[in-house]
Amino acid sequence: MIVVEHLTKKYGDLVAVRDLSFTVDKGKIWGLLGPNGSGKTTTMRVLTGYLSATEGRASVGGFDVFEQPNQVKMIIGYLPENVPLYPEMTVSGYLRFVTEIKQVPRPKRREAVDRVLEAAGLEPVRNRLLRNISRGFKQRVGIAQALIHDPQVLILDEPTIGLDPAQIVEIRQLIKSLRRDRTIMLSSHILQEVSQTCDGVAIISEGRLIVSSSLTELASSFADREGIILKVRKGGREAAALMRKVSGVDKVEQDGTELRLEWAKGRDPREEILSIISQKELGLLEMRPMTPTVEDIYLKAISGGTAQ
Amino acid sequence: MKNMWSITKRELQAYFVSPIAYVVGAIFLCFSGLFFYIQVLQYEYYSNYSQQMMSYGYGQMPNVNQVVYIGFFFWLQLILILVIPLLTMRLFAEEKRTGTEELLLTSPLSVGQIVSGKFLASLLLFLILLLLSGLSALFGFLYGNPELLPILSGYLGLLLIGAAFISMGMLFSAVTENQIIAAVLSFGTLLILQFLYYVFLFSSGFFKDILGSVSFTSHFINLIQGNLDTADLVYFLSFTFFGLFLTQSVIQSRRWR
Repeated sequence: MIVVEHLTKKYGDLVAVRDLSFTVDKGKIWGLLGPNGSGKTTTMRVLTGYLSATEGRASVGGFDVFEQPNQVKMIIGYLPENVPLYPEMTVSGYLRFVTEIKQVPRPKRREAVDRVLEAAGLEPVRNRLLRNISRGFKQRVGIAQALIHDPQVLILDEPTIGLDPAQIVEIRQLIKSLRRDRTIMLSSHILQEVSQTCDGVAIISEGRLIVSSSLTELASSFADREGIILKVRKGGREAAALMRKVSGVDKVEQDGTELRLEWAKGRDPREEILSIISQKELGLLEMRPMTPTVEDIYLKAISGGTAQ
Repeated sequence: MKNMWSITKRELQAYFVSPIAYVVGAIFLCFSGLFFYIQVLQYEYYSNYSQQMMSYGYGQMPNVNQVVYIGFFFWLQLILILVIPLLTMRLFAEEKRTGTEELLLTSPLSVGQIVSGKFLASLLLFLILLLLSGLSALFGFLYGNPELLPILSGYLGLLLIGAAFISMGMLFSAVTENQIIAAVLSFGTLLILQFLYYVFLFSSGFFKDILGSVSFTSHFINLIQGNLDTADLVYFLSFTFFGLFLTQSVIQSRRWR
C-alpha cells in the first residue's frame, strides 16, 4: 500500500532522509520509529505531498506521490505533528471546512462530520471553539480531520505526543479501532507505543533505515540467542568476572548488581551459573529470562549497529 | 472554483470573528469620512472665493468632481497603503506559524486555488469597506450635482489599486511567518512605490516616462480624473496577476527546500 524506494531528502547540505526504502502492506499498522530528528516527519511529509524529495520514488495505493499528488491526497488521511487547527473555529465548523477541502461530496458532508465526531469521541465538544478545548481533544480533532474523507491510508505523525498517560491509552485505543481495512502508518519515538499498537516497525536513525519488518519476525531474528538477567546482593563486578569464565556465555554486561548474560541458543549454562552463585555466596535476588523487546532492537539499532 | 470558494468562505469567517476586520474597517471609515469632510470644506472655501470673483464679473464656480471627489479618492488611496497590509498580513503567515498550511497543502487542492481563494476573501472584505465609504460620497449628490461617471471611474480605480495592493501584501505574507514583518514589508514597499510618483513629478525626459508607467499613482490619477483608459486597467490587472503568480510560486517552491 505504501512503497518507498531509495528516498533521499536534503535540506541544503543537511541530509534528512538517506536512501530510504520500505514497504507497508495493505491493512497493516506500521510504526515509524526513531529518535527525534531522525527523519520521521520528513518521510511522512514526502508521502503526503507536503514536501518534494531530492531523489527516489514513493507511492501510496498504487499512485505515484510525485506524479499523481492529487490522487494520493484523496486516499490519505494525515495528522501532522502540529495538529493543524484554526483556533477561531468551532470543532464541527472546522470539520465541515475539512470535508470541503478534502472533496467530500456536498450531500455526504453532514454525515461525514457526524461520523468522525462520534468515532473520535468529540460529541461533547462539537460546538466549542478549538482554542478552548484541551490538548487531548485537540489531538482527537486532528485524528477526526484525518478520517473525514474515509481514507484508505492514515498517516499519523506522533499521535500521542504531549498527552497525559490516560489520554495516551485512549488515543491508542482509538487508533486500533480505526484499523478495519485501513493501512496506518504512525511515527513515534516511544517504544511501547509501537509494540502495543503496531504490526510492524520501520526503525530509522539519522535518515537511514535500520530495519523494517513485522514485530514477530523481529523477535525471531533474536531467536538464535538466549539470555538471562541476574540480580545479586553484592559484588556485581566480582560476579561478572566469574560469569565470563562460564563456558558458553559469550556476553556479559554488568550494571551495579545487575548482570545480563547471553549465549548462543542450545548451550543453556543456567545450572552452572546457579551453582557458581551459591558456591560464592553472592546472594541471588533475581533471575529472569531475557526476552528481546522492541526496546532492545531499537537501542541496538540507534547506537550504530544493526538489529542482527 | 468550488475549492476556491471553500477557502474564501473560511477566510472571510476568520476576518469577521477576529477584531482585525472591525478595527481596520473602523479606522478606514473614520478616515474616509474625515477626508470627505476636508474636501467639502475646501470646496466651500473655493466657492466663496469664486463667488467674490464672479461678482466682479470673471471666474466661475469650482467643479464638484474636481475639488471634492478627486481629492477624496486620492486621500483614500493613501490610507489604503496602511489598511491593506493589515488585511493581508495574516493570510499566509498565520497558516505557516500555526501549521495549518500543512492541512491545506496536503489536501487535494491546487496552490492556485488556495492563493486565489484567499485573494478573493480580502478583495470582498475590501469591497465592503469601499461600499461603506461610498456612503459619504453619496452626500455629494444630496447637496450638489456632481457627475456620476467620473465618480464610478474613481471607485473602479480604488478597487483596482486595492486589488494590486492585496496581491502584493499576500506575497509578503507568503515569504514570512511573522505577521508584523509581512505588514511592515508591504507597508514599506507600497510607500516607496507611492513616493516614486513624486520623483516622477519632478524628473524629466526618458526617466520620467519610465517612472510614469511604473508608478501606480500616475495610473490611479488617470482613473480618478475619469479618464478610463485600457492602459491603466491593463496596468493594474497585470500588477495584480503578477503578485498572485509570485505568491503561488513562493508557496510552490517551499516544497522544494
